[in-house]
Amino acid sequence: MVLSTPGPALHSGALPRHSALGLFALCLAVTGTLFLLLLLSGITPAYNIAGAVFFGLVLWAATISAVSFLVEGSRRAKDRLVTALVCTSFGVALLPLISLVFTVVTNGIARFDGAFFSESLRNIIGPGGGALHAIVGTLEITLIAALISVPVGLLTAIYLVEYGRGAVARAITFLVDVMTGIPSIVAGLFAFALFQLLTGDPGIRLGFGGSIALSVLMVPIVVRSSEEMLKLVPNELREASLALGVPNWLTVGKVVLPTALAGIVTGVMLAVARVIGETAPLLLIAGYTDSMNYNPFDQRMMTLPVYVYTQYTQPGTDVQPYLERAWTASLTLILIVLALNVIARLIARFFAPKLPH
Amino acid sequence: MSKRITLKDLDAYYGSFRAVEGVTLTIEPRSVTAFIGPSGCGKSTLLRTLNRMHEVVPGARVEGEVLLDGRDLYAPGVDPVLVRRQVGMVFQRPNPFPTMTIRENVLAGVKLNNRRIAKADAEELTERSLRGANLWNEVKDRLNLPANGLSGGQQQRLCIARAIAVQPEVLLMDEPCSALDPISTLAIEDLIEELKQDYTIVIVTHNMQQASRVSDRTAFFNIAGTGTPGRLIEYDDTRVMFSRPSAQATEDYVSGRFG
Ligand SMILES: Nc1ncnc2c1ncn2[C@@H]1O[C@H](COP(=O)(O)OP(=O)(O)OP(=O)(O)O)[C@@H](O)[C@H]1O
Ligand SMILES: [Mg+2]
Repeated sequence: MVLSTPGPALHSGALPRHSALGLFALCLAVTGTLFLLLLLSGITPAYNIAGAVFFGLVLWAATISAVSFLVEGSRRAKDRLVTALVCTSFGVALLPLISLVFTVVTNGIARFDGAFFSESLRNIIGPGGGALHAIVGTLEITLIAALISVPVGLLTAIYLVEYGRGAVARAITFLVDVMTGIPSIVAGLFAFALFQLLTGDPGIRLGFGGSIALSVLMVPIVVRSSEEMLKLVPNELREASLALGVPNWLTVGKVVLPTALAGIVTGVMLAVARVIGETAPLLLIAGYTDSMNYNPFDQRMMTLPVYVYTQYTQPGTDVQPYLERAWTASLTLILIVLALNVIARLIARFFAPKLPH
Repeated sequence: MSKRITLKDLDAYYGSFRAVEGVTLTIEPRSVTAFIGPSGCGKSTLLRTLNRMHEVVPGARVEGEVLLDGRDLYAPGVDPVLVRRQVGMVFQRPNPFPTMTIRENVLAGVKLNNRRIAKADAEELTERSLRGANLWNEVKDRLNLPANGLSGGQQQRLCIARAIAVQPEVLLMDEPCSALDPISTLAIEDLIEELKQDYTIVIVTHNMQQASRVSDRTAFFNIAGTGTPGRLIEYDDTRVMFSRPSAQATEDYVSGRFG
């Protein structure tokens, strides 16, 4: 038998598989009991889940790298430490989100009933009533804003990526950047002043004005995101199409846009999600009302963010029903954004370049 | 179908940089002409001037004449879109449209131009083009699958099928085999041999064996140094170019002494 010549070691100590996961469970148990003790001793009024998870993560990051250093050596330990830090950051980022959703759901569920989605607040003082007028208002105003912003924004992006050269393109890019920075209240004032001028009514309020204000905020977002998506389309595809004798505009319409469509749709949905929660400009130009108004071109129109705001700031003598409605309206708003995101994902998947399997 | 191409004192620019200078040559119909030369000498640039793809690059322009059967492609009023329908192109890297199926890719030249085509005609055109590109047997059962599920060599032959489906007079190929294995390369070389019955073919290649195998005439280009324009050094029958070229630089290049 030939014995292998001794060379540099190929083996090093290793922690058993899943030891990271096991250790995390252990750390969580430790901090969990700690916070339980705090609760029982009366120092904290309620059980602090977020605190337990956060300190569990931190303790885990410390112990896993220490244990790994002892068993596996410094290189692996660094690897473990960084992995643990990434997981901890992720947890830290997730905690407020979960906490927020949890709070909104627990507070909003009380009035999440049929009446809330089928009635307005007309002639309601105290409990009862609903937010149908605000839901309809939000949907109409946002839809019109999207109908204005998507064509304008998309065409601008197409111009910038496919046609724009030189000074004009640079000027447009600059203006879009400036537009991105417009505070939303200014957009509201702009729409207000515009319709004041157009109608001559010093106290003008209408839903369409809200759409205009929102599109001022939305257009730059749509331009930016669509521009990025169009730039991602490889130049080779454009050249392939042009070399087949396809005119430029058809190349853009039938090759570039379909290839980028999934990304563009996602960008548009993000823009919608961004403006659907705007309060200040709508408070200015769309105003608020307790009654149904399906017509965005006439009279005040309620929206969900403004609904939340007025319920919270102008409660009646019995505060509770107002607060409950505010929470339920917030929950509804979150659900609408969530639904839009799901729809966007479905559309994106449907249009994405077909990959094998 | 095929047509003769004549270049007269052609200069090609990228902005103020002259990439190709003073090229004059005649490309015969129903033949294969190879462009060879060291990297950066302007072969791709010159090729792209032949179907007005050069001007797609911002700031790029052309001086001189390119005559397609005596008609100048750069005369005022000539529509580059119509030129490109007569002079097809296959690129170095296979570039099928990722959003389309194999069938849609073959019919892209028709479909993208919003031209109506009867279903039977479309079937017939698909099969003829794919057979023409030696790909029919490999893909006939999966015409409705996405094109990027094909291998690199199959994708390149799909691009050739796509190019010949618009029935051009001339086919330009820019290093069509550089991303392919020897077997796919051979398939494409056989294909070029067949296609030359119907088309005028111009091929750019870095592979000397390939140039000597497939081409009837060979043009050798060279640059004096980086930043200087590429020039046509010698243009002759391929046999002559590879056995007893008249320029020393050609002999050095084809025998592998430089480049
Ligand atoms: N899009 C462009 N913009 C500016 N200059 C370019 C562009 N494309 C090519 N050039 C320049 O033009 C010259 C010729 O390039 P070209 O691509 O035609 O060379 P080539 O002979 O095809 O080289 P290779 O064999 O490496 O493909 C080079 O100096 C190159 O840097
Ligand atoms: Mg090249």
